[in-house]
Amino acid sequence: MGLLLGLPVLLDLALVWGPALASVGLSFTSWDGIGEITPVGGQNYHNAVTIYPPFWPAVRHNLLWLAFLGLIATPFGMLMAALLDRQMRWTRFYQTALYLPVVLSLAVIGFIAQLIYSRDYGVLNSVIGRTDEPIDWIGDPAINLWAVLALVGWRHVGYVMLLYLAGLKAVDPGLKEAAALDGANEPQTFFRVVFPVLRPVNIIIFVITVIEGLRAFDVVYAINRGRNGLELLSVLITDNIIGEASRVGFGSALAAILLAISLGFVVTYLVQVLRGDRS
Amino acid sequence: MTALASRPSRRRRPARIVLHIFLWAIAVGWLVPLLLALYAALRPYAETAELGYFSWPRDLSLHYFSEAWRRGGLPKYYRNTMVITVPAVLTTLFFSSFVAFLIARRRVPGGKFLLVLFAAGNLLPQQVLATPLYVLYKEIPLPWWMNWPSESLFDSYWGVIAIHVAFQTGFCVFVLANYMNTVPAELVEAAIVDGAGVWKQYWHVILPLVRPALGALGTLEFAWIYNDFFWAVILMSTGDKFPVTTALNNLRGEYFTDYNLLAAGSLLVAFPTVLVFFILQRQFIAGLTLGSSKG
Repeated sequence: MGLLLGLPVLLDLALVWGPALASVGLSFTSWDGIGEITPVGGQNYHNAVTIYPPFWPAVRHNLLWLAFLGLIATPFGMLMAALLDRQMRWTRFYQTALYLPVVLSLAVIGFIAQLIYSRDYGVLNSVIGRTDEPIDWIGDPAINLWAVLALVGWRHVGYVMLLYLAGLKAVDPGLKEAAALDGANEPQTFFRVVFPVLRPVNIIIFVITVIEGLRAFDVVYAINRGRNGLELLSVLITDNIIGEASRVGFGSALAAILLAISLGFVVTYLVQVLRGDRS
Repeated sequence: MTALASRPSRRRRPARIVLHIFLWAIAVGWLVPLLLALYAALRPYAETAELGYFSWPRDLSLHYFSEAWRRGGLPKYYRNTMVITVPAVLTTLFFSSFVAFLIARRRVPGGKFLLVLFAAGNLLPQQVLATPLYVLYKEIPLPWWMNWPSESLFDSYWGVIAIHVAFQTGFCVFVLANYMNTVPAELVEAAIVDGAGVWKQYWHVILPLVRPALGALGTLEFAWIYNDFFWAVILMSTGDKFPVTTALNNLRGEYFTDYNLLAAGSLLVAFPTVLVFFILQRQFIAGLTLGSSKG
């Protein structure tokens, strides 16, 4: 038993937290991945927030991303789960349709983005009749983030639906029956009975929304490597650490900033957990 | 109880029809991009380049699918992916459900702290871990019979599986511990009173109760690990060992890429994840509602 607890913890410490803390350490150096490791103090952080042009746009995009998921995609996914949590025809079909985008690889997503948004061949311009003066959905930095967010929402809804549905299945049906007997209608039953009981699952949904908002990477990377209006922090980190310039120190500083933002949200979560313990 | 359950559904028939119309509209809307991708993969690139993707077909064939299968060398890469994905998913689910059980139900000391540790580890984009892990993996020796010829964790399936397990276990512990908190405590306490040991409580009491969550996580984890190529590309160097998602690069030309061929290939690659979803769907569609309400 001790081993089964110790091994996962050890793996997490060694392979996730070890490298993560090493990155924080490297963020105070100018390491390029090969040569000598020279400490530079807070220089990387200073440069990131003052003279690195894509930094603030990326922060803005990440926050917008998070707001879009939190205010639109996540609630919609929860609504779909609540609607699908009943005995009825076609449920399997509805679930499958919503979930399929979640399992798709980057390659499919990248292709679908082209298929829909391409300026010259894309379906969207054909459907809205803008073939004469086509809109460049991906190339125009004023609108491309919204085009991408639509695609991201398309995937996120199925993800949230699936996890929330699994939670709804664990709710004691007797509770819902009792509420119905008391004359509560369905929305009332959901908000007054089911939602409070599912508090732990609501926390999961909250945390995955934060994770998805802050860690967002793959869709923009598949579309245009995260440039020209699609900058995100994770893309900047990747470009600096793994890109040709190999500015490991600077990329690590960006990562540490992202970690700090993330931990802010985790503290919120921690407060929730502790408050739950007291009641 | 049976009479109660069936009466409302008859009374609310019109509402049910509106619900179905709404859900159908959503479902079709969700499927359209996929169906368009499938449609495009059935048409020659020259045709869609001339007419756009939103047009009537002149020529439909499965040609691209067979070509992607052959040129991408898919069978070999499918096998590589399974060698990584199957052990990684099973180990992740086993580790995480047991740790979650200890934290949520056995209340091991420091459990809350572990939970935050696990959850927070997942907030970082994986790219952050890449450089230190690469250095670390080169330093960790493996016996020759585990990884030839590098004799280190680098360029081995062991290493790729280990990082998947480490990264995903954190997420799954967090999710499963929370699900377990929704399970009524009386059920577990009853088992303790019965004198069931820790293992028995875990296997016979808790696991059946979180089956919907395990099913949901199983499909998600399978899809994520299956689709990942980042770790393989960073932590392995032998091209022949790469997972199937990288095989799609074989379909890109040096100067020109036939995107419809690429679409066919990527749909072929996506097929197993869809299959796993169908297999596991039963676990969370039936869920507990059927099992525990009657009886």
